[in-house]
Amino acid sequence: MSKILVIAEHLNGKLNPSTARAVSAAIAVKPEAVDVLVLGEKADTVAAEAAKIEGVCRVLTIARAENAHPLAAVLAPQIAKAATGYSHVFVPSTTFGKDVAPRVAALLGVAQVSDVMSVEDSHTFKRPIYAGNAIVTVEADSSHAVVATIRTASWPAAPSGANNASVEALNIDVALPAHTRFVQLLEGKSDRPDLQSAGKVISGGRGVGSKENFDIIYKLADKMGAAVGASRAAVDAGYVPNELQVGQTGKIIAPELYIAIGISGAIQHLTGIKDAGTIVAINKDGEAPIFEVADIGLVGDLFKLIPEFEQAIG
Amino acid sequence: MKILVGYKRVVDYNVRIQVKPDGTGVVTDGVKLSANPFDDIALEEALRLREKGVADEVVVVGIGPADLTAHLRNGLAMGANRAIHVVTPEAVQPLTAARTFLKLVEQEQPGLVILGKQAIDDDANQTGQMLAALWDRPQATFASKVEIADGKATVTREVDAGLEVIEAELPAVITTDLRLNEPRFIKLPDIMKAKSKPIDTIEFTSLGVDAHDQLKTTRYAAPSKRSKGVMVKDAAELVALLKQKGLL
Repeated sequence: MSKILVIAEHLNGKLNPSTARAVSAAIAVKPEAVDVLVLGEKADTVAAEAAKIEGVCRVLTIARAENAHPLAAVLAPQIAKAATGYSHVFVPSTTFGKDVAPRVAALLGVAQVSDVMSVEDSHTFKRPIYAGNAIVTVEADSSHAVVATIRTASWPAAPSGANNASVEALNIDVALPAHTRFVQLLEGKSDRPDLQSAGKVISGGRGVGSKENFDIIYKLADKMGAAVGASRAAVDAGYVPNELQVGQTGKIIAPELYIAIGISGAIQHLTGIKDAGTIVAINKDGEAPIFEVADIGLVGDLFKLIPEFEQAIG
Repeated sequence: MKILVGYKRVVDYNVRIQVKPDGTGVVTDGVKLSANPFDDIALEEALRLREKGVADEVVVVGIGPADLTAHLRNGLAMGANRAIHVVTPEAVQPLTAARTFLKLVEQEQPGLVILGKQAIDDDANQTGQMLAALWDRPQATFASKVEIADGKATVTREVDAGLEVIEAELPAVITTDLRLNEPRFIKLPDIMKAKSKPIDTIEFTSLGVDAHDQLKTTRYAAPSKRSKGVMVKDAAELVALLKQKGLL
Protein backbone atom coordinates (compact mmCIF):
# COMPACT_ATOMS: atom_id res chain seq x y z
CA MET A 1 0.00 0.00 0.00
CA SER A 2 1.06 3.55 -0.65
CA LYS A 3 1.96 6.10 2.00
CA ILE A 4 2.31 9.63 0.74
CA LEU A 5 4.18 12.58 2.20
CA VAL A 6 2.98 15.94 0.87
CA ILE A 7 5.33 18.87 1.41
CA ALA A 8 3.49 22.00 2.55
CA GLU A 9 4.20 25.30 0.84
CA HIS A 10 3.70 28.37 2.98
CA LEU A 11 4.69 32.01 3.25
CA ASN A 12 4.28 34.54 6.05
CA GLY A 13 2.61 31.98 8.31
CA LYS A 14 -0.05 31.07 5.75
CA LEU A 15 -0.48 27.75 3.99
CA ASN A 16 -0.40 28.11 0.21
CA PRO A 17 -3.56 26.68 -1.48
CA SER A 18 -1.26 24.64 -3.74
CA THR A 19 -0.73 22.29 -0.79
CA ALA A 20 -4.40 21.22 -0.71
CA ARG A 21 -4.22 20.59 -4.46
CA ALA A 22 -1.23 18.30 -3.97
CA VAL A 23 -3.26 16.50 -1.27
CA SER A 24 -6.00 15.88 -3.89
CA ALA A 25 -3.43 14.25 -6.16
CA ALA A 26 -2.20 12.16 -3.22
CA ILE A 27 -5.73 10.98 -2.46
CA ALA A 28 -6.09 9.94 -6.13
CA VAL A 29 -3.36 7.33 -5.54
CA LYS A 30 -5.78 5.69 -3.05
CA PRO A 31 -3.10 5.40 -0.40
CA GLU A 32 -3.19 4.00 3.07
CA ALA A 33 -2.14 7.39 4.46
CA VAL A 34 -1.50 10.98 3.40
CA ASP A 35 0.72 12.99 5.74
CA VAL A 36 1.73 16.61 5.33
CA LEU A 37 5.20 17.85 6.27
CA VAL A 38 5.61 21.48 7.33
CA LEU A 39 9.14 22.88 7.52
CA GLY A 40 9.51 26.35 8.97
CA GLU A 41 11.10 28.46 11.65
CA LYS A 42 7.83 27.99 13.46
CA ALA A 43 5.31 25.55 12.11
CA ASP A 44 2.29 25.78 14.42
CA THR A 45 -0.16 27.99 12.53
CA VAL A 46 0.63 26.44 9.17
CA ALA A 47 0.37 22.95 10.64
CA ALA A 48 -3.00 23.80 12.19
CA GLU A 49 -4.24 24.91 8.78
CA ALA A 50 -2.91 21.77 7.09
CA ALA A 51 -4.56 19.58 9.74
CA LYS A 52 -7.97 20.77 8.58
CA ILE A 53 -7.52 19.54 5.00
CA GLU A 54 -9.75 16.54 4.42
CA GLY A 55 -7.86 13.34 3.72
CA VAL A 56 -4.78 14.30 5.73
CA CYS A 57 -3.90 11.70 8.39
CA ARG A 58 -1.04 13.40 10.21
CA VAL A 59 0.77 16.72 9.99
CA LEU A 60 4.48 16.45 10.73
CA THR A 61 6.49 19.52 11.61
CA ILE A 62 10.16 20.37 11.58
CA ALA A 63 10.59 23.76 13.23
CA ARG A 64 14.10 25.15 13.24
CA ALA A 65 15.73 28.51 12.60
CA GLU A 66 17.40 27.31 9.39
CA ASN A 67 13.95 26.71 7.89
CA ALA A 68 12.91 30.36 8.16
CA HIS A 69 13.12 30.67 4.37
CA PRO A 70 12.51 27.94 1.81
CA LEU A 71 16.08 27.28 0.65
CA ALA A 72 16.13 24.05 -1.32
CA ALA A 73 19.64 23.12 -0.20
CA VAL A 74 18.53 23.37 3.44
CA LEU A 75 15.08 21.77 3.13
CA ALA A 76 15.96 18.88 0.81
CA PRO A 77 18.10 16.82 3.22
CA GLN A 78 15.38 17.08 5.88
CA ILE A 79 12.64 16.07 3.44
CA ALA A 80 14.74 13.18 2.11
CA LYS A 81 15.23 11.92 5.66
CA ALA A 82 11.57 12.41 6.59
CA ALA A 83 10.58 10.46 3.45
CA THR A 84 11.82 7.21 4.96
CA GLY A 85 8.94 4.76 5.00
CA TYR A 86 6.88 6.67 2.44
CA SER A 87 6.18 5.34 -1.05
CA HIS A 88 5.59 8.81 -2.53
CA VAL A 89 6.69 12.40 -1.91
CA PHE A 90 4.39 14.96 -3.55
CA VAL A 91 5.23 18.65 -3.82
CA PRO A 92 3.16 21.34 -5.58
CA SER A 93 4.63 22.29 -8.95
CA THR A 94 5.10 25.93 -8.00
CA THR A 95 8.47 27.69 -7.96
CA PHE A 96 8.85 26.33 -4.40
CA GLY A 97 8.24 22.73 -5.44
CA LYS A 98 10.16 22.95 -8.70
CA ASP A 99 13.17 24.20 -6.74
CA VAL A 100 13.19 21.69 -3.90
CA ALA A 101 11.67 18.45 -5.26
CA PRO A 102 14.43 17.51 -7.75
CA ARG A 103 16.98 18.07 -5.00
CA VAL A 104 15.06 15.60 -2.81
CA ALA A 105 14.78 13.13 -5.70
CA ALA A 106 18.53 13.26 -6.37
CA LEU A 107 19.32 12.72 -2.68
CA LEU A 108 17.06 9.67 -2.76
CA GLY A 109 18.61 8.57 -6.06
CA VAL A 110 15.27 8.44 -7.84
CA ALA A 111 13.83 10.00 -10.97
CA GLN A 112 11.20 12.69 -10.56
CA VAL A 113 7.83 12.90 -12.25
CA SER A 114 7.26 16.60 -12.96
CA ASP A 115 3.84 18.25 -13.29
CA VAL A 116 1.52 15.32 -12.60
CA MET A 117 -1.84 16.00 -14.33
CA SER A 118 -3.49 12.70 -13.54
CA VAL A 119 -2.88 9.56 -11.55
CA GLU A 120 -3.51 6.34 -13.52
CA ASP A 121 -2.33 4.02 -10.75
CA SER A 122 0.15 4.22 -7.89
CA HIS A 123 3.16 4.38 -10.23
CA THR A 124 1.64 5.59 -13.49
CA PHE A 125 1.00 9.25 -14.17
CA LYS A 126 0.17 11.62 -17.00
CA ARG A 127 2.23 14.77 -17.50
CA PRO A 128 2.59 17.43 -20.20
CA ILE A 129 5.66 17.90 -22.37
CA TYR A 130 6.44 20.37 -25.17
CA ALA A 131 4.49 23.15 -23.48
CA GLY A 132 1.48 20.90 -23.15
CA ASN A 133 1.39 19.97 -26.84
CA ALA A 134 1.80 16.33 -25.95
CA ILE A 135 0.71 14.39 -22.90
CA VAL A 136 2.82 11.43 -21.88
CA THR A 137 1.97 8.50 -19.67
CA VAL A 138 4.99 7.63 -17.53
CA GLU A 139 5.62 4.69 -15.25
CA ALA A 140 7.87 5.15 -12.26
CA ASP A 141 9.97 2.27 -10.98
CA SER A 142 7.95 0.64 -8.20
CA SER A 143 11.07 -0.48 -6.35
CA HIS A 144 11.85 3.15 -5.43
CA ALA A 145 9.99 5.98 -3.77
CA VAL A 146 8.17 8.23 -6.23
CA VAL A 147 9.05 11.92 -6.06
CA ALA A 148 6.59 14.04 -8.03
CA THR A 149 5.57 17.64 -8.47
CA ILE A 150 1.85 18.20 -8.86
CA ARG A 151 0.53 20.43 -11.61
CA THR A 152 -1.80 22.45 -9.39
CA ALA A 153 -4.11 23.61 -12.21
CA SER A 154 -5.09 19.98 -12.84
CA TRP A 155 -6.29 19.35 -9.29
CA PRO A 156 -9.01 20.91 -7.15
CA ALA A 157 -7.99 21.91 -3.64
CA ALA A 158 -8.98 19.20 -1.17
CA PRO A 159 -11.74 20.69 0.98
CA SER A 160 -10.76 22.15 4.30
CA GLY A 161 -12.54 22.40 7.60
CA ALA A 162 -13.98 19.07 8.66
CA ASN A 163 -10.70 17.33 9.40
CA ASN A 164 -8.65 17.43 12.57
CA ALA A 165 -5.44 15.55 11.82
CA SER A 166 -2.90 15.07 14.58
CA VAL A 167 0.15 17.34 14.56
CA GLU A 168 3.47 15.79 15.53
CA ALA A 169 6.92 17.35 15.76
CA LEU A 170 9.60 15.39 13.95
CA ASN A 171 13.14 15.17 15.17
CA ILE A 172 15.36 14.86 12.16
CA ASP A 173 19.04 14.48 12.80
CA VAL A 174 20.67 15.70 9.64
CA ALA A 175 23.49 18.16 8.98
CA LEU A 176 22.34 21.26 7.10
CA PRO A 177 24.57 23.22 4.73
CA ALA A 178 25.42 26.88 5.37
CA HIS A 179 26.62 27.52 1.82
CA THR A 180 23.30 29.01 0.68
CA ARG A 181 21.80 32.03 2.40
CA PHE A 182 18.56 33.94 2.07
CA VAL A 183 19.03 37.69 1.53
CA GLN A 184 15.56 39.07 0.85
CA LEU A 185 12.21 38.55 -0.79
CA LEU A 186 10.90 41.43 -2.85
CA GLU A 187 7.24 40.54 -2.70
CA GLY A 188 4.80 41.76 -5.27
CA LYS A 189 2.38 43.57 -2.97
CA SER A 190 -1.18 43.48 -4.14
CA ASP A 191 -4.64 43.59 -2.60
CA ARG A 192 -6.02 41.75 -5.61
CA PRO A 193 -6.88 38.04 -5.53
CA ASP A 194 -3.99 35.61 -5.86
CA LEU A 195 -3.32 34.78 -9.51
CA GLN A 196 -2.86 31.07 -8.90
CA SER A 197 -6.11 30.51 -7.03
CA ALA A 198 -8.43 33.25 -8.32
CA GLY A 199 -11.73 32.30 -9.93
CA LYS A 200 -11.44 35.13 -12.43
CA VAL A 201 -8.29 36.36 -14.14
CA ILE A 202 -7.86 39.30 -16.50
CA SER A 203 -4.59 39.18 -18.47
CA GLY A 204 -2.96 41.76 -20.67
CA GLY A 205 -0.40 41.30 -23.41
CA ARG A 206 1.81 43.29 -25.71
CA GLY A 207 -1.29 44.84 -27.25
CA VAL A 208 -1.83 46.84 -24.07
CA GLY A 209 1.17 48.85 -25.19
CA SER A 210 2.74 50.30 -22.04
CA LYS A 211 3.04 50.15 -18.28
CA GLU A 212 0.69 53.15 -17.99
CA ASN A 213 -1.88 51.58 -20.29
CA PHE A 214 -1.95 48.50 -18.06
CA ASP A 215 -4.10 50.54 -15.69
CA ILE A 216 -7.03 49.68 -17.94
CA ILE A 217 -6.44 45.99 -17.08
CA TYR A 218 -6.08 46.66 -13.34
CA LYS A 219 -9.22 48.79 -13.34
CA LEU A 220 -11.32 46.14 -15.04
CA ALA A 221 -9.90 43.44 -12.74
CA ASP A 222 -10.80 45.47 -9.67
CA LYS A 223 -14.30 46.03 -10.92
CA MET A 224 -14.75 42.28 -11.47
CA GLY A 225 -12.87 41.17 -8.34
CA ALA A 226 -10.39 39.38 -10.59
CA ALA A 227 -6.67 38.66 -10.37
CA VAL A 228 -4.33 40.20 -12.95
CA GLY A 229 -2.06 38.18 -15.20
CA ALA A 230 0.09 38.89 -18.22
CA SER A 231 1.77 37.29 -21.20
CA ARG A 232 5.53 36.90 -21.36
CA ALA A 233 5.68 39.72 -23.90
CA ALA A 234 4.08 42.13 -21.43
CA VAL A 235 6.49 41.10 -18.67
CA ASP A 236 9.53 41.28 -20.95
CA ALA A 237 8.46 44.75 -22.07
CA GLY A 238 8.38 45.85 -18.43
CA TYR A 239 4.64 46.58 -18.30
CA VAL A 240 4.18 44.34 -15.23
CA PRO A 241 6.39 42.39 -12.77
CA ASN A 242 7.48 38.80 -13.41
CA GLU A 243 5.12 37.21 -10.89
CA LEU A 244 2.17 38.00 -13.17
CA GLN A 245 3.44 35.87 -16.05
CA VAL A 246 1.11 33.11 -17.19
CA GLY A 247 2.36 30.29 -19.41
CA GLN A 248 4.80 27.43 -19.91
CA THR A 249 7.53 29.06 -17.87
CA GLY A 250 5.32 31.22 -15.68
CA LYS A 251 2.19 30.28 -13.79
CA ILE A 252 -0.17 27.55 -14.95
CA ILE A 253 -3.67 28.55 -13.89
CA ALA A 254 -7.23 27.24 -14.10
CA PRO A 255 -9.68 30.02 -13.24
CA GLU A 256 -13.39 29.74 -14.04
CA LEU A 257 -13.09 32.79 -16.27
CA TYR A 258 -9.98 33.96 -18.11
CA ILE A 259 -10.09 37.14 -20.17
CA ALA A 260 -7.09 37.64 -22.46
CA ILE A 261 -6.74 41.21 -23.63
CA GLY A 262 -4.27 42.16 -26.34
CA ILE A 263 -2.65 38.71 -26.11
CA SER A 264 -1.94 37.02 -29.45
CA GLY A 265 -1.76 33.55 -27.87
CA ALA A 266 1.64 31.94 -28.39
CA ILE A 267 1.54 28.22 -27.56
CA GLN A 268 3.74 28.94 -24.55
CA HIS A 269 0.97 31.20 -23.18
CA LEU A 270 -1.90 28.89 -24.11
CA THR A 271 -0.43 26.03 -22.12
CA GLY A 272 -0.83 28.15 -19.00
CA ILE A 273 -4.58 28.67 -19.46
CA LYS A 274 -5.99 25.60 -21.20
CA ASP A 275 -7.62 24.34 -18.00
CA ALA A 276 -9.60 27.57 -17.56
CA GLY A 277 -13.38 27.16 -17.51
CA THR A 278 -14.22 29.88 -20.01
CA ILE A 279 -11.65 31.76 -22.06
CA VAL A 280 -12.55 35.15 -23.50
CA ALA A 281 -10.22 36.81 -26.01
CA ILE A 282 -10.26 40.46 -26.97
CA ASN A 283 -7.80 41.32 -29.72
CA LYS A 284 -7.68 43.64 -32.69
CA ASP A 285 -6.26 40.89 -34.91
CA GLY A 286 -9.04 38.46 -35.83
CA GLU A 287 -6.43 35.95 -37.01
CA ALA A 288 -4.61 35.81 -33.64
CA PRO A 289 -4.11 32.22 -32.40
CA ILE A 290 -5.79 33.08 -29.09
CA PHE A 291 -9.13 32.86 -30.92
CA GLU A 292 -8.48 29.17 -31.64
CA VAL A 293 -8.82 28.35 -27.94
CA ALA A 294 -11.19 31.11 -26.87
CA ASP A 295 -14.76 30.17 -25.98
CA ILE A 296 -15.83 33.72 -26.71
CA GLY A 297 -13.95 36.04 -29.03
CA LEU A 298 -14.30 39.73 -29.67
CA VAL A 299 -12.30 41.48 -32.36
CA GLY A 300 -11.56 45.15 -31.95
CA ASP A 301 -9.60 47.92 -30.27
CA LEU A 302 -9.21 47.11 -26.60
CA PHE A 303 -9.06 50.78 -25.62
CA LYS A 304 -12.55 51.21 -27.01
CA LEU A 305 -13.95 47.82 -26.01
CA ILE A 306 -12.80 47.63 -22.38
CA PRO A 307 -14.57 50.83 -21.28
CA GLU A 308 -17.69 49.63 -23.12
CA PHE A 309 -17.38 46.24 -21.46
CA GLU A 310 -17.03 47.85 -18.03
CA GLN A 311 -20.07 49.97 -18.64
CA ALA A 312 -22.14 47.03 -19.86
CA ILE A 313 -21.29 45.05 -16.71
CA GLY A 314 -23.08 47.80 -14.84
CA MET B 1 37.30 30.60 -12.96
CA LYS B 2 35.90 28.08 -15.34
CA ILE B 3 32.18 27.93 -16.17
CA LEU B 4 30.44 24.82 -17.47
CA VAL B 5 27.29 25.47 -19.48
CA GLY B 6 24.68 22.86 -20.38
CA TYR B 7 23.79 23.20 -24.04
CA LYS B 8 20.90 20.98 -25.07
CA ARG B 9 19.49 20.62 -28.55
CA VAL B 10 15.70 20.55 -28.74
CA VAL B 11 12.89 20.91 -31.25
CA ASP B 12 12.75 24.60 -32.12
CA TYR B 13 10.24 26.53 -30.04
CA ASN B 14 8.36 27.69 -33.13
CA VAL B 15 7.60 24.15 -34.32
CA ARG B 16 4.06 22.93 -33.84
CA ILE B 17 4.51 19.60 -32.11
CA GLN B 18 2.57 16.67 -33.59
CA VAL B 19 2.05 13.43 -31.73
CA LYS B 20 2.56 10.34 -33.91
CA PRO B 21 -0.76 8.62 -34.65
CA ASP B 22 0.41 5.38 -33.02
CA GLY B 23 1.23 7.17 -29.74
CA THR B 24 4.91 6.16 -29.71
CA GLY B 25 6.36 9.66 -29.72
CA VAL B 26 6.23 13.06 -31.34
CA VAL B 27 7.18 13.72 -34.95
CA THR B 28 10.82 14.84 -35.07
CA ASP B 29 11.80 13.80 -38.61
CA GLY B 30 12.64 16.83 -40.70
CA VAL B 31 11.72 19.14 -37.83
CA LYS B 32 13.94 22.16 -37.10
CA LEU B 33 16.21 21.68 -34.09
CA SER B 34 17.73 24.53 -32.09
CA ALA B 35 19.47 25.22 -28.83
CA ASN B 36 17.16 25.11 -25.83
CA PRO B 37 16.34 28.82 -25.37
CA PHE B 38 17.19 28.71 -21.66
CA ASP B 39 20.59 27.23 -22.53
CA ASP B 40 21.32 30.10 -24.91
CA ILE B 41 20.60 32.38 -21.96
CA ALA B 42 22.94 30.27 -19.79
CA LEU B 43 25.73 30.53 -22.35
CA GLU B 44 25.19 34.27 -22.79
CA GLU B 45 25.49 34.77 -19.02
CA ALA B 46 28.71 32.76 -18.90
CA LEU B 47 30.16 34.78 -21.78
CA ARG B 48 29.27 38.04 -20.05
CA LEU B 49 30.97 36.85 -16.87
CA ARG B 50 34.06 36.07 -18.92
CA GLU B 51 33.92 39.48 -20.60
CA LYS B 52 33.71 41.08 -17.14
CA GLY B 53 36.85 39.18 -16.12
CA VAL B 54 35.00 37.05 -13.57
CA ALA B 55 35.57 33.88 -15.59
CA ASP B 56 38.41 32.95 -17.91
CA GLU B 57 36.99 29.91 -19.64
CA VAL B 58 33.52 28.91 -20.81
CA VAL B 59 32.92 25.26 -21.72
CA VAL B 60 29.68 24.13 -23.38
CA VAL B 61 28.52 20.59 -22.67
CA GLY B 62 26.20 18.51 -24.80
CA ILE B 63 24.93 14.98 -24.23
CA GLY B 64 23.66 13.26 -27.36
CA PRO B 65 24.25 11.44 -30.62
CA ALA B 66 27.23 11.84 -32.95
CA ASP B 67 25.54 14.56 -35.02
CA LEU B 68 25.35 16.84 -31.98
CA THR B 69 28.71 18.29 -33.07
CA ALA B 70 27.09 20.87 -35.38
CA HIS B 71 24.97 22.10 -32.50
CA LEU B 72 27.99 22.41 -30.20
CA ARG B 73 29.76 24.40 -32.95
CA ASN B 74 26.98 26.96 -32.59
CA GLY B 75 27.85 27.28 -28.93
CA LEU B 76 31.48 27.76 -29.84
CA ALA B 77 30.50 30.33 -32.47
CA MET B 78 28.54 32.19 -29.85
CA GLY B 79 31.78 32.44 -27.89
CA ALA B 80 32.49 29.38 -25.74
CA ASN B 81 36.19 28.47 -25.55
CA ARG B 82 35.64 24.77 -26.04
CA ALA B 83 33.02 22.06 -25.97
CA ILE B 84 32.58 18.65 -24.40
CA HIS B 85 30.42 16.18 -26.27
CA VAL B 86 29.25 13.19 -24.25
CA VAL B 87 28.28 10.78 -26.96
CA THR B 88 25.23 8.58 -26.55
CA PRO B 89 22.57 7.61 -29.05
CA GLU B 90 19.95 7.52 -26.29
CA ALA B 91 18.04 10.49 -24.92
CA VAL B 92 18.97 10.81 -21.24
CA GLN B 93 16.60 11.68 -18.42
CA PRO B 94 17.40 14.47 -15.94
CA LEU B 95 18.87 12.26 -13.20
CA THR B 96 21.20 10.62 -15.70
CA ALA B 97 22.11 14.01 -17.14
CA ALA B 98 22.87 15.31 -13.63
CA ARG B 99 25.06 12.27 -12.88
CA THR B 100 26.87 12.85 -16.17
CA PHE B 101 27.46 16.51 -15.32
CA LEU B 102 28.78 15.47 -11.92
CA LYS B 103 31.47 13.37 -13.63
CA LEU B 104 32.44 16.32 -15.81
CA VAL B 105 32.44 18.62 -12.78
CA GLU B 106 34.87 16.27 -11.05
CA GLN B 107 37.15 16.36 -14.11
CA GLU B 108 36.88 20.05 -14.89
CA GLN B 109 36.53 21.60 -11.41
CA PRO B 110 34.42 24.58 -12.54
CA GLY B 111 33.60 27.49 -10.23
CA LEU B 112 30.15 27.71 -11.67
CA VAL B 113 27.76 25.53 -13.65
CA ILE B 114 25.01 27.37 -15.50
CA LEU B 115 22.08 25.42 -16.92
CA GLY B 116 18.72 26.38 -18.36
CA LYS B 117 15.93 26.09 -15.80
CA GLN B 118 14.14 23.67 -18.08
CA ALA B 119 14.41 22.22 -21.55
CA ILE B 120 11.42 23.05 -23.69
CA ASP B 121 11.05 19.47 -24.89
CA ASP B 122 10.52 17.47 -21.69
CA ASP B 123 9.79 20.56 -19.54
CA ALA B 124 11.20 18.61 -16.58
CA ASN B 125 12.98 21.45 -14.73
CA GLN B 126 15.18 19.08 -12.74
CA THR B 127 18.76 18.70 -13.93
CA GLY B 128 20.33 21.74 -12.24
CA GLN B 129 18.75 20.99 -8.88
CA MET B 130 19.76 17.33 -9.12
CA LEU B 131 23.34 18.19 -10.00
CA ALA B 132 23.55 20.60 -7.07
CA ALA B 133 22.26 17.87 -4.73
CA LEU B 134 24.67 15.20 -6.00
CA TRP B 135 27.56 17.68 -5.89
CA ASP B 136 26.44 18.88 -2.43
CA ARG B 137 26.72 22.50 -3.54
CA PRO B 138 24.31 25.48 -3.60
CA GLN B 139 21.66 25.92 -6.25
CA ALA B 140 20.20 29.19 -7.42
CA THR B 141 17.34 28.34 -9.74
CA PHE B 142 15.24 30.60 -12.01
CA ALA B 143 17.87 33.36 -12.01
CA SER B 144 17.01 36.77 -13.42
CA LYS B 145 20.18 38.51 -12.14
CA VAL B 146 23.60 37.14 -11.22
CA GLU B 147 26.45 38.94 -9.49
CA ILE B 148 29.71 37.22 -8.65
CA ALA B 149 32.07 38.67 -6.01
CA ASP B 150 34.15 37.50 -3.05
CA GLY B 151 33.72 33.81 -3.82
CA LYS B 152 29.96 33.93 -3.89
CA ALA B 153 27.10 34.45 -6.28
CA THR B 154 24.30 36.82 -5.36
CA VAL B 155 21.35 35.69 -7.42
CA THR B 156 17.92 37.22 -7.91
CA ARG B 157 15.37 34.48 -8.52
CA GLU B 158 11.96 34.74 -10.15
CA VAL B 159 9.58 33.06 -7.69
CA ASP B 160 5.79 32.97 -7.50
CA ALA B 161 5.71 35.61 -4.78
CA GLY B 162 8.01 38.04 -6.61
CA LEU B 163 11.79 38.23 -6.61
CA GLU B 164 13.94 36.37 -4.09
CA VAL B 165 17.61 37.21 -3.55
CA ILE B 166 19.96 34.53 -2.24
CA GLU B 167 23.69 34.17 -1.73
CA ALA B 168 25.45 31.02 -2.84
CA GLU B 169 29.05 30.19 -2.07
CA LEU B 170 31.02 29.03 -5.11
CA PRO B 171 31.19 26.55 -6.65
CA ALA B 172 27.47 26.53 -7.30
CA VAL B 173 24.81 25.67 -9.85
CA ILE B 174 22.69 28.42 -11.38
CA THR B 175 19.66 27.81 -13.59
CA THR B 176 18.47 30.58 -15.87
CA ASP B 177 15.09 32.21 -16.27
CA LEU B 178 13.92 34.16 -19.30
CA ARG B 179 14.81 37.65 -18.21
CA LEU B 180 18.42 37.05 -17.17
CA ASN B 181 19.72 38.42 -20.48
CA GLU B 182 19.17 38.50 -24.21
CA PRO B 183 21.47 36.08 -26.00
CA ARG B 184 23.68 37.55 -28.72
CA PHE B 185 23.36 36.57 -32.35
CA ILE B 186 26.07 34.52 -33.97
CA LYS B 187 28.10 36.42 -36.57
CA LEU B 188 29.55 34.83 -39.67
CA PRO B 189 33.25 35.37 -38.75
CA ASP B 190 32.54 33.66 -35.42
CA ILE B 191 31.23 30.60 -37.24
CA MET B 192 34.56 30.43 -39.10
CA LYS B 193 36.51 30.87 -35.86
CA ALA B 194 34.47 28.17 -34.15
CA LYS B 195 35.71 25.59 -36.64
CA SER B 196 39.14 25.61 -35.02
CA LYS B 197 37.90 25.46 -31.43
CA PRO B 198 38.27 22.09 -29.71
CA ILE B 199 35.42 19.67 -29.06
CA ASP B 200 36.36 16.85 -26.67
CA THR B 201 34.29 13.76 -27.24
CA ILE B 202 33.70 11.36 -24.38
CA GLU B 203 31.81 8.11 -24.78
CA PHE B 204 28.94 8.15 -22.32
CA THR B 205 29.60 4.50 -21.45
CA SER B 206 33.18 5.36 -20.42
CA LEU B 207 31.96 7.69 -17.64
CA GLY B 208 30.54 4.88 -15.55
CA VAL B 209 27.26 6.68 -15.01
CA ASP B 210 24.28 4.63 -13.92
CA ALA B 211 22.17 4.99 -17.05
CA HIS B 212 19.28 2.97 -15.76
CA ASP B 213 16.50 5.48 -16.38
CA GLN B 214 13.69 4.93 -13.99
CA LEU B 215 10.81 6.56 -15.82
CA LYS B 216 9.28 4.63 -18.66
CA THR B 217 7.17 6.58 -21.12
CA THR B 218 4.47 4.23 -22.30
CA ARG B 219 2.27 6.50 -24.38
CA TYR B 220 2.19 9.88 -26.10
CA ALA B 221 -1.14 11.55 -26.72
CA ALA B 222 -2.32 14.83 -28.14
CA PRO B 223 -3.83 17.11 -25.52
CA SER B 224 -7.59 17.36 -25.40
CA LYS B 225 -8.74 20.19 -27.62
CA ARG B 226 -11.02 22.96 -26.48
CA SER B 227 -14.12 23.08 -28.60
CA LYS B 228 -14.50 25.90 -31.07
CA GLY B 229 -15.92 29.02 -29.46
CA VAL B 230 -18.20 31.76 -30.69
CA MET B 231 -17.42 35.27 -31.87
CA VAL B 232 -19.45 38.16 -30.49
CA LYS B 233 -19.87 41.50 -32.22
CA ASP B 234 -19.59 43.91 -29.32
CA ALA B 235 -19.05 44.37 -25.59
CA ALA B 236 -22.76 44.26 -24.80
CA GLU B 237 -23.13 40.85 -26.42
CA LEU B 238 -20.06 39.62 -24.53
CA VAL B 239 -21.51 40.74 -21.20
CA ALA B 240 -24.87 39.12 -22.02
CA LEU B 241 -23.17 35.82 -22.81
CA LEU B 242 -21.03 35.88 -19.65
CA LYS B 243 -24.10 36.67 -17.54
CA GLN B 244 -25.94 33.78 -19.19
CA LYS B 245 -23.06 31.47 -18.19
CA GLY B 246 -23.24 32.82 -14.65
CA LEU B 247 -19.73 34.26 -14.85
CA LEU B 248 -20.72 37.87 -14.20
